[in-house]
Amino acid sequence: MSTITPDTKLDIGHNDDPSSNYLTCSSGFLSWAFTLDHKRIGVMYLVGIFTSFFLGGLFALLLRIHLLMPNGLFPETWVNMNTYNQLFTLHGAVMTFLFIIPSVPAALGNFVLPLMVGAKDVAFPRMNLASFHLWVIGAIFFLIALFTTGLDTGWTFYTPYSIETQTNVIAATIGAFILGFSSIFTGLNFIVTVNTMRPPGMSWFKMPLFMWAIYATAIIQILATPVLGITLLLLMAERLLGIGVFDPSMGGDPVLYQHFFWFYSHPAVYIMILPAMGIMSELMSVYSRKPIFGYTFIAYSSIAIALLGFLVWGHHMFVSGQSPMAAVIFSGLTFSVSIPSAIKVFNWLATMYKGNINLATPMCYALSFIFLFAIGGLTGLFLGALATDIHLHDTYFVVAHFHYVMMGGTVIAFVGGLYHWWPKMFGVMYNEAWGRFFCLVVFIGFNLTFFPQFIMGSRGMPRRYATYDPEYQIFHQLSTLGAIVLGLGMVGAVAVLVWSLFNGRKAPANPWGAATLEWTCTSPPPFYNFEHAPHVGSPYDYSQLKYDPQVGGYVKDPNAKPASDHH
Amino acid sequence: MSAAVDHQDQAHHAGDDHHGHSPFQAHHFETMQQQFDSGKLGIWLFLFTEILMFSGLFCAYIIYRYNHPEIFLYAHKQLNTTLGATNTVVLIISSLTMAWAVRAAQLNQKKLLIWLLSATLALAGVFLVIKYFEYTHKFDLGLYTGRENVMYQLQHPADFQELHEEVEENLAKQAEEKKEAEAHAVSEAEAVDAHPSEEHGDEHAAAHDSHGHDGHGGPEQFLDAPRNTQIFFGIYYMMTGLHGFHIVAGMIAIGWLLSRSIRGDFSSEYFGPVDYVGLYWHLVDLIWIYLFPLLYLIRS
Repeated sequence: MSTITPDTKLDIGHNDDPSSNYLTCSSGFLSWAFTLDHKRIGVMYLVGIFTSFFLGGLFALLLRIHLLMPNGLFPETWVNMNTYNQLFTLHGAVMTFLFIIPSVPAALGNFVLPLMVGAKDVAFPRMNLASFHLWVIGAIFFLIALFTTGLDTGWTFYTPYSIETQTNVIAATIGAFILGFSSIFTGLNFIVTVNTMRPPGMSWFKMPLFMWAIYATAIIQILATPVLGITLLLLMAERLLGIGVFDPSMGGDPVLYQHFFWFYSHPAVYIMILPAMGIMSELMSVYSRKPIFGYTFIAYSSIAIALLGFLVWGHHMFVSGQSPMAAVIFSGLTFSVSIPSAIKVFNWLATMYKGNINLATPMCYALSFIFLFAIGGLTGLFLGALATDIHLHDTYFVVAHFHYVMMGGTVIAFVGGLYHWWPKMFGVMYNEAWGRFFCLVVFIGFNLTFFPQFIMGSRGMPRRYATYDPEYQIFHQLSTLGAIVLGLGMVGAVAVLVWSLFNGRKAPANPWGAATLEWTCTSPPPFYNFEHAPHVGSPYDYSQLKYDPQVGGYVKDPNAKPASDHH
Repeated sequence: MSAAVDHQDQAHHAGDDHHGHSPFQAHHFETMQQQFDSGKLGIWLFLFTEILMFSGLFCAYIIYRYNHPEIFLYAHKQLNTTLGATNTVVLIISSLTMAWAVRAAQLNQKKLLIWLLSATLALAGVFLVIKYFEYTHKFDLGLYTGRENVMYQLQHPADFQELHEEVEENLAKQAEEKKEAEAHAVSEAEAVDAHPSEEHGDEHAAAHDSHGHDGHGGPEQFLDAPRNTQIFFGIYYMMTGLHGFHIVAGMIAIGWLLSRSIRGDFSSEYFGPVDYVGLYWHLVDLIWIYLFPLLYLIRS
């Protein structure tokens, strides 16, 4: 039996039929490279994204090790100041454009979203494939930049330096431009899928919160990314044709570039964090075995974050010479974003309250997320306040802040979500003990890396410097030690998953007892997901599921009362 | 772009052909209506992204025009309003033929559809040809972008010695010609002293005017350009260039529709792609309708 229909009445487990399993139903390189199946595209994205993640992580480790000594650990011939500039630039560019922006939406979202709406695929499967192909082409352009001259502008490509530098800015901007299209295609697909392909019975407020988060993300992807596109086109034109719009020597305005760039890149921060918040809402509810607290508040706060995110870009330019009035307004708006973010955190905590908490690996990551995101979010308030920002601007305090949000938030939630959906994606269970262990290693390594950066940043250590005063050495050394632990933890976390592919026990359909629709098809899902649209119930109603030790997962409780609506 | 519109015909891999639906219905849609609605929403979202992309350029335009109105007032005179207006008319007519083509597809009028799509394609070609002549005329005058722009070079004589010498030479020649002409005029005026020389003066002015506009006026005609006028041309080439690129993309999409309509794919049941490309084409026209007055019709 390959699929479950509403009539089946039996939540069986593993997909044992190789001709139905989406992973094995066809084989060969081309059957993957040109597949229109959203699940395979998600898996390919996953591979690509983790490759970039480890490439970017390698750059980070190199520069952290370099910073062990005040004048640099590596000899001048190996890592000189220019190489250092290239290392942090490529770390930032690879992590932002290749890894974190596509991470949750393109990899997990692609796999999970159509299953969550009980559909056979996203609305535009070809566009979905095009999105992945564009991602690959964009990545190739980044590699061209890396292997020709490198890139030393910082990931933000600020003018006028990006116009003057001899490094291969053109290749990198073409890459980022193409990656922007990839991101737009994903977002467009998801909006249309959510709008037109929901099954009967799934009204907007019966959607899983992950879908709300992905939807809000897609709105930002569609509205912000084209502005990045035109900004990068103008930057390329600036270098090739000298059009002068951003070039002060030609009468242009470099701050205009910063406005254009951050009009995209600030909302892009929410492209990164919103889907992670969506994962959190799923994990918190499933592993607390309790309906999510404040469903509508979480749903609306996703949309609120998406919209408010467009109004705060000026806080990146408090010291760039924008008018004091604009700075005050942007500062006020920046504080307003903390409201919907805090609403989410309160609701997650309230969901856990009196819940029956299952400390499986995904929940461990979810708890890490709350801790780290709270620190990252609260330190953002110091940077949003005008007076303190003047002191903290361009110091390690900023570096620590956004790493707590981006890595402590998004990456942790991404890995947690990956562990959560892993049994569904590949039909295998990972080793729980090792999963938890590496979660702890990551947590410790992460804090050891970035907490000292708050301290040295507040004491005046500027970011992006290859050398520093000896008084900061202890913080740099702690940070480097933490980075190594963090790197090992991440490798370990991925190794646990990869190991399970070969040795893990077969996964049942619903190992965690989640009530969203993706858990009603087999693990791994069949090629067409569902023969018939599945029955839609409340996504957070667990009263009808009970653990069956023989299956090793949850099945529908035959004695359960009919579903009651929980929100 | 075509990825945004060509998603509909993926019926090819729909193996299971239950309840005999249209061959153009993709397997993952329940109904043709759902498929059409998805496409329609998709193309509208795509058009949003297009508007936002152009909005960056419009934003740059507004900022520089607000800060340096003299640049725009001076430089727009180099654009040919007649050609710009012609192009506006051409695009509006092409919008009509495109909209009509959508209707023809909906009404199963295959021949009319083919004819109208061809007309749209031809009009788009006319637009590009006119644009080509406009561009080459500007290149002839040396109105490139940035440091290549003759106006910039005139304002930086130390960096562009050759141009400077040429201008000095031309100016000297012109001064000589002027002297000659004046002497000529004086002698002529003496000869026809009896009549007040109204028509003569007009003729003279007209001759001068054509001299300035047919492209043979040397670089010295731009000596009175305000500082940084080259920025106008940067913005002009970016805006019209990006728009021209969209015209080309639209022509590819329309060409694809044309080949499909000749094959007879479209009918009252399946006309989505014609509709979507039509919407795209209207947006491209609309952007030109904003570009034309903003760039060509500037008054103080």
